[in-house]
Amino acid sequence: MAATNTQSWSFRLTPTRVLLFILAGMAAAIALWRLIVGLGPTTNLNDQWPWGLWIGFDVLTGVALAGGGYSTALIVHILHINKFNEIGRSAMLTSMLGYLLVMAGLFLDIGQWFNFWRPFVSWGYHSVLFEVFWCVSLYTTIQVIEFGEILTERVAKPWHKFFRKIMPFLLIVGVLLPTMHQSSLGGLYLIEVGKLHPLWWSPFIPLFFLMSSFFVGPAMVAVETSLAGRAYNHQVDLKVLRGLAKIGGTLMVIYLALKAIDFSNRDAWQYVFAGGLESNMFLLETIGGVIIPLIILISPWGKTRSGLVTYGALTALGVVVNRLNVVITGMVNYYGPGYIPAWTEIVVSAGLVAGGILAYCFIVENFNILGHHEEHEAA
Amino acid sequence: MSKGVLVDLTKCIGCGSCTVACKLYNDNKFEKDSPAIGENPKLTDENWTIVTAKKTEKDGQPVWRYVKQQCLHCEHPACASACFAKAFQKTEEGPVIYYPHLCVGCRYCMLACPFDIPKYQWEKSFPLVTKCQMCSGKVAKGEAPACVSVCPTNVMTFGERDEILALAKKTIESDSKYVKHIYGEKEAGGTDWIYISDVPFEQLGFRTDVTTTPLPEYSHSFLKYTPYVIVGWGSLLTGMYLYTKRRNKIAQEEKKDVHL
Repeated sequence: MAATNTQSWSFRLTPTRVLLFILAGMAAAIALWRLIVGLGPTTNLNDQWPWGLWIGFDVLTGVALAGGGYSTALIVHILHINKFNEIGRSAMLTSMLGYLLVMAGLFLDIGQWFNFWRPFVSWGYHSVLFEVFWCVSLYTTIQVIEFGEILTERVAKPWHKFFRKIMPFLLIVGVLLPTMHQSSLGGLYLIEVGKLHPLWWSPFIPLFFLMSSFFVGPAMVAVETSLAGRAYNHQVDLKVLRGLAKIGGTLMVIYLALKAIDFSNRDAWQYVFAGGLESNMFLLETIGGVIIPLIILISPWGKTRSGLVTYGALTALGVVVNRLNVVITGMVNYYGPGYIPAWTEIVVSAGLVAGGILAYCFIVENFNILGHHEEHEAA
Repeated sequence: MSKGVLVDLTKCIGCGSCTVACKLYNDNKFEKDSPAIGENPKLTDENWTIVTAKKTEKDGQPVWRYVKQQCLHCEHPACASACFAKAFQKTEEGPVIYYPHLCVGCRYCMLACPFDIPKYQWEKSFPLVTKCQMCSGKVAKGEAPACVSVCPTNVMTFGERDEILALAKKTIESDSKYVKHIYGEKEAGGTDWIYISDVPFEQLGFRTDVTTTPLPEYSHSFLKYTPYVIVGWGSLLTGMYLYTKRRNKIAQEEKKDVHL
């Protein structure tokens, strides 16, 4: 486990990790090729479908799944609910890695990538994307600085005190920013009125994005800690997972209720059971990703580790399907079919995830992440 | 005041002179695979305007109509409001124009446009967004756009938007063959290019379910809360942070178990 006191760095090379390295390497090669030759030859994007898998999965889904960082930070460090301390560091690490991958995915998707900094000086503040851009870049920076507190336990130790001092400020801003950009990622689609299918377009779409990014946090923590628990023989107390899942589950109930009210307001119930691609995908996301996980939580199975992992995996998948539905399924009716992700797009997305897993393993094996129980002294 | 163009579709014979003038003035390439006229022309990075030949019906009789398409230069352009780097801006004279050096290439403008006008240079290493600029240089000098000035049948009238809108109203009122709808008067909150026709617009491929609310308002309805969220949520978080921390500290000092 965390080898804080030994001097050497460790990284075991297992067959799975070799595979992940190959995947990440392929993704890097394709990414380089894409940066040189442009988007046309390397993706299936076109004038009809300007946004595809990279925006839908790497960016929108990535940011949502990384939401575990801010929801955990809120619960552990702002509300100081100490029983959840032990998952604080791993959740925030996953979140930081998630955001770094999102930045990489976004960078690959923009055509004038050397111009990525432009909105810092040319303020298109009428755009929801402007808020997304500022919040996501600031928040990623903040997470990297937050990680400095863990980093300086092992390297550049004299800086450790400094990082502990600024942590409270970072934590507060680090919850404020995601609240804004998680909702504004949904807000991006407000302007798609009449284009995005009414099952997903709603004046409340920013709120739905915010809520789902929050309740996917406990779900991700359940999945992640079980994976890490198996790999590192460090099981998080079941009570902790169950407690977090209850918070997430409560929010999921409110989410469903708000969806129901919204559908009644907009007279959109007719689309739910209309059959066809949209309604089937919507039912998949809602039943498979919200209702069944809730039933698991209420049932006795929800008190066991396998039940909680299943709840977590289904909820996370539900959010993945929801984001892809907004970006792709919900636009098919308007744009018509004409986009299926190219293999290159899929490999790059998979490779980014592979790189993230490798980075997670390296950090967990070399820094004090999983065994961390105490609350910040300064915090 | 904004300049605009009134397009009277009843006068168009589909010759395509306007598409040629557009390419010549803007130095855009002719591409064999993507024609700018015919039954299936496509707006592309090289075709900023197209004329579609449409076989449709009028009073039970089959008829041909020719529909010119280009950027409508919205009064409240969705593309400009969606751009987070101000690469699209509406000039005082009306044209919505593109500043390539500001563009990041995110393509949110393409998604935001209610008429799907902006197109992308997919085959280039460093692609730009392209669309009709309404020959903004000519318009700034008070001249009509290139396509307008070459039309042999006077399909298009260039002028102050107010005046061409009045002209459109007068025309459709005085002649019963016109449908009583000026496309672009209210669509997307009003556009500077407006159309009149003797065949219903939906039959000609126009998007008739476009909202009449200016699209930037949809974004604004969300963004307007941002300052309140920063101040309100920010202070609430700080308050909760300080409160729960102190509560835990007191509980620890008194060695009491406080249930949360």
